[in-house]
Amino acid sequence: MVSLLKGSVHRFEPNDDINTDYIISGRYKFKIDEMSDLAKHVMEDIDPGFAARVSPGDFIVAGRNFGCGSSREQAPRALKAAGVSAVLAKSYARIFYRSSFNVGLPLLQCDTDWISAGDGLVIDLTHGEVTCPARAVKVTTAPIPRIMCVLLEDGGLVEHLKKHGGFALD
Amino acid sequence: MGKTIAEKVLGNHSGSDCSAGDIVVASVDFCMAQDGTSTMMMRELESLGFEAPGTRRGMALVIDHSSPSPSANVSRIHERIRSFARSKAVPLHDIGEGVCHQVVPESGKVLPGDLVVGADSHTCTYGALNACSTGLGSADVAAATFTGKLWFRVPESYRIELRGAFSPFVSAKDLVLDVIGKVGADGATYKSIEYVGDGLLSLSMDGRMTVANMAVEMGAKFCPFPCDQATRDWYSSRGFVPGPGVVSDRDAVYEKNLDFDLSDIVPKVSVPHQVDRVRDVSDLGGTKVDQVFVGTCTNGRLSDLESVAKVMRGRRVKKGVRMIVAPASKDVLLKAIDAGLISGLVRSGAVVMPPGCGPCVGTHAGIPADGENVVSTANRNFRGRMGNNMDVSIFLVSPETAAASAVTGEITDPREV
Repeated sequence: MVSLLKGSVHRFEPNDDINTDYIISGRYKFKIDEMSDLAKHVMEDIDPGFAARVSPGDFIVAGRNFGCGSSREQAPRALKAAGVSAVLAKSYARIFYRSSFNVGLPLLQCDTDWISAGDGLVIDLTHGEVTCPARAVKVTTAPIPRIMCVLLEDGGLVEHLKKHGGFALD
Repeated sequence: MGKTIAEKVLGNHSGSDCSAGDIVVASVDFCMAQDGTSTMMMRELESLGFEAPGTRRGMALVIDHSSPSPSANVSRIHERIRSFARSKAVPLHDIGEGVCHQVVPESGKVLPGDLVVGADSHTCTYGALNACSTGLGSADVAAATFTGKLWFRVPESYRIELRGAFSPFVSAKDLVLDVIGKVGADGATYKSIEYVGDGLLSLSMDGRMTVANMAVEMGAKFCPFPCDQATRDWYSSRGFVPGPGVVSDRDAVYEKNLDFDLSDIVPKVSVPHQVDRVRDVSDLGGTKVDQVFVGTCTNGRLSDLESVAKVMRGRRVKKGVRMIVAPASKDVLLKAIDAGLISGLVRSGAVVMPPGCGPCVGTHAGIPADGENVVSTANRNFRGRMGNNMDVSIFLVSPETAAASAVTGEITDPREV
């Protein structure tokens, strides 16, 4: 697991309750099977220019209840395929939270009101710190649960099962 | 200290004396996936070397979300699901059998007290059957299917006490919209919700499925109802023996207690574009309606179609309004045909679709045009949800309100028609 991430921030309107339909619309999940092609449509319904603008390593920053709605695993997978290296939000919906770590996309929970679109951030996953060097701000995130760290280190849930022949979460 | 249903079910499936907040690895009774989520799950299972499900009562695949196939692309996905089901001897519910969350309960594979996961967020529907049942991503469902186990964080529980009885033309959907409006779209994230009290007598099993179905719209993980006479009657009428189920202890600890008097509830509507933006239907009088949709895993069951018929009483769908009905399953469709409900609907001007998800998620038929207002008995009104554009407004209502609105061409309180 890479523990130090650097990238620029993308924010959206709405800020709260960004659902998985907005992350990747239901109309694409039957049309497109390849994640790199699906990534071209990520966030399209609330920000049509996002897929063209996002650079590898960038961060998505949002408010409450990010990833609510449908259980489609295409949502975290398409974000990852688009180059998003982590999401920062005040809170997450349950299914999206598990699925993201299952596919190797780290999610961090912290206050996000202070972060603006375009900010350059450095995220230390190991120590749970988010730094904005240009603004000399550093905040601490809620610790990533131990299970999620294990899954990230093993490269996701399926790889975890292959490696250990079952759950080895302690 | 007493236990909630969630603590008991996760405890007896993990062989531990667990409480809210604990992490357990628990054995899973049953798994399901549908045509929108199966592709990734099958790929994940194949990479694990899957041969047969490790779960106690196996798994099911359901082709319901884009069914029958509207395109060559979807047909390829469906063929892949059929081929996987054949080669692994996995039960497949193909086109026309119905919505996964009706077909799975009808199959008798989910029993009271079970622990179930499905690659569909509305898998919480089986809470109506006293199961701890939840939606997950494809990787989690693949892991549960392959190993027969999954890790869970034992959830805290909310207890919602129901008193009294519904007024005429008010039903389970109005209750759950009222609850969601008060709790909020993330107000029950990661929680288990238990509905209790004498008001349960007013909730049929169809009504309980409506309520449990929408638990995820508040972020909840489980929504286990008690196993009572209605539950046992529902199973025995289908020839299944349900077993005793699981009850919560009197001194179980709940994080939150809420009370609802069913006799106070009026017809409710969730207005665009968030499920927790809930208003009284009477506040929206005069709002023009272009399309009415009755169906889905929330409200496509026999009693929902009966409620529609009761409100319409043979009256016609207003000229210029499109009314689409998708029965939740083949069994529901056949019973509705036998009861004369389908001929009544068609004579009234409704369009009846094959059993399945219908226009709910915008993957095939019934996609509305830009600028249109849709009244729907589904569970989500997100922008763009029904298929193409960001300029469609979806209003979520009960079957009664949907029927009244179809007749008048405006969002209408069913008590007024």
